[in-house]
Amino acid sequence: MAEQEPAPSLDEYLPAWSLPAAESAKIGIGVEWPERVTREWAFGGSTGEGTRVCILDSGVQADHPLVGPLQGAVALTKKDDGEIVIEEDTEGDLCGHGTACAGVVRALAPECSLYSVRVLGAGFKGSGRVLLEGLRWSISEGFDVINMSLSTTKRQFASVLHELADSAYFRRSVLVASAHNMPVESYPWRFSSVISVGSHEESDPLSFYANPSPPVEFFARGVNVELAWLGGSSVHCSGNSFATPHISGICSLILAKHPALTPFQLKNVLYLTSSNVGGSQ
Amino acid sequence: MSERNLQAAVSAGVLSAEGEHRLLLQSIVEVARAIFSAKAASIFLHDEAADELVFEAVAGPGSENLIGTRFPSSTGIAGWVLVTRQPLVIEDLQNDPRWARQAAESTGYVPEAMMSVPLLHEERSLGVLNVLDRSPEVDFSLGQMELLGLFANQAAIALDLLQRARHARSVLSESGGDAGVIARIASTLEGLEQERREPVLRLLRALDETLRADVSF
Repeated sequence: MAEQEPAPSLDEYLPAWSLPAAESAKIGIGVEWPERVTREWAFGGSTGEGTRVCILDSGVQADHPLVGPLQGAVALTKKDDGEIVIEEDTEGDLCGHGTACAGVVRALAPECSLYSVRVLGAGFKGSGRVLLEGLRWSISEGFDVINMSLSTTKRQFASVLHELADSAYFRRSVLVASAHNMPVESYPWRFSSVISVGSHEESDPLSFYANPSPPVEFFARGVNVELAWLGGSSVHCSGNSFATPHISGICSLILAKHPALTPFQLKNVLYLTSSNVGGSQ
Repeated sequence: MSERNLQAAVSAGVLSAEGEHRLLLQSIVEVARAIFSAKAASIFLHDEAADELVFEAVAGPGSENLIGTRFPSSTGIAGWVLVTRQPLVIEDLQNDPRWARQAAESTGYVPEAMMSVPLLHEERSLGVLNVLDRSPEVDFSLGQMELLGLFANQAAIALDLLQRARHARSVLSESGGDAGVIARIASTLEGLEQERREPVLRLLRALDETLRADVSF
């Protein structure tokens, strides 16, 4: 395993509201920054070990050879009276989307701990509220990376989603969200506190580009990707849904080696190691 | 009756018939099929009340029989696309035996490849546009995905119009005689020549003024 920086203690996560003069010499960032950030420094030799990656999606088929093992799975469902309940997920993936995303993360970060939070698959109605509660729960669980290969167009959810995205950002949970390649207003990928991902056409899973013209911030492999499919099979698919877990997997690799990175610092490392910035280093 | 429903009723009197919206949707799937040299293309509408996807337009195999066929909104590739609101392209569906069986049972046609894109209008996810088995000579590119997205925008507007027309008509049929009178007046007025329309409009303006005056007392 690659040499790892020590993980910060919980105390270091406590918010600081001001910086007294006597403290300024002691304030530490928990990361030894090299003179030049290279891919070797960022994630060379990393397997994702020690990081917890959450797939917020349709569930995950845990026994799929391209996915397993799964460290935990819950499902959120809306009862007839409108109450949303969170239970252990015993059904796995209801449609295949989550399994496909989980397989991409596993291929890049073979030793990360994968978790599934099922918010899709039980019908379209009410899916917005279930999504919000699933995200809220995932943030409270403190996952290092939360993969969201989905979005909502409902404006009524935008402000709550925005608050949740900011909350994740300050609690060191990185939200990685699929961008739209269509001219529609959708969320949460448009928020600057998340990492938004579109597709490029190359076949290298570690090739990713920083976009100088956001709101889409990064482009990753999203065309003709081999994906884990239900029933233990695999298919080739294209879409931003599958570019997103590539960046989630790379985030896991980076955080496994540098667990003290904040989402702000992690985004910087992604930028500095992008294929069009310093990726060849 | 609310003002919005009254407006819908009046609209029903002047909107084009549902058949014309269907023609527009049919034209969109025909062109999508032609542009991608595909074997088939289809549009699903999301029926919010039933939470189901309904075939609204089909070009290619099954085009006569599939209109009106329904699926639960959470099943199949179209269900993924509807709920995730993300376009998706699959190249080798035959690797999934479950999918092949489902498709064969429901439509009689088993595609090998599929391009699927959500139909998003304003903040609603109205349905899904599918293109099945595009020409194998054309490798998939992000440019094709963008083209499909442009078609999806057009289809979403057409679906929105279809839904509005249906809503207006349902308001009309549920409201009894009151809205029917107003819709008939609006419809007749729409069809009148200018010469005959003017005196009717004068009468309506006078009626409008009288009603407003009553309201102010």
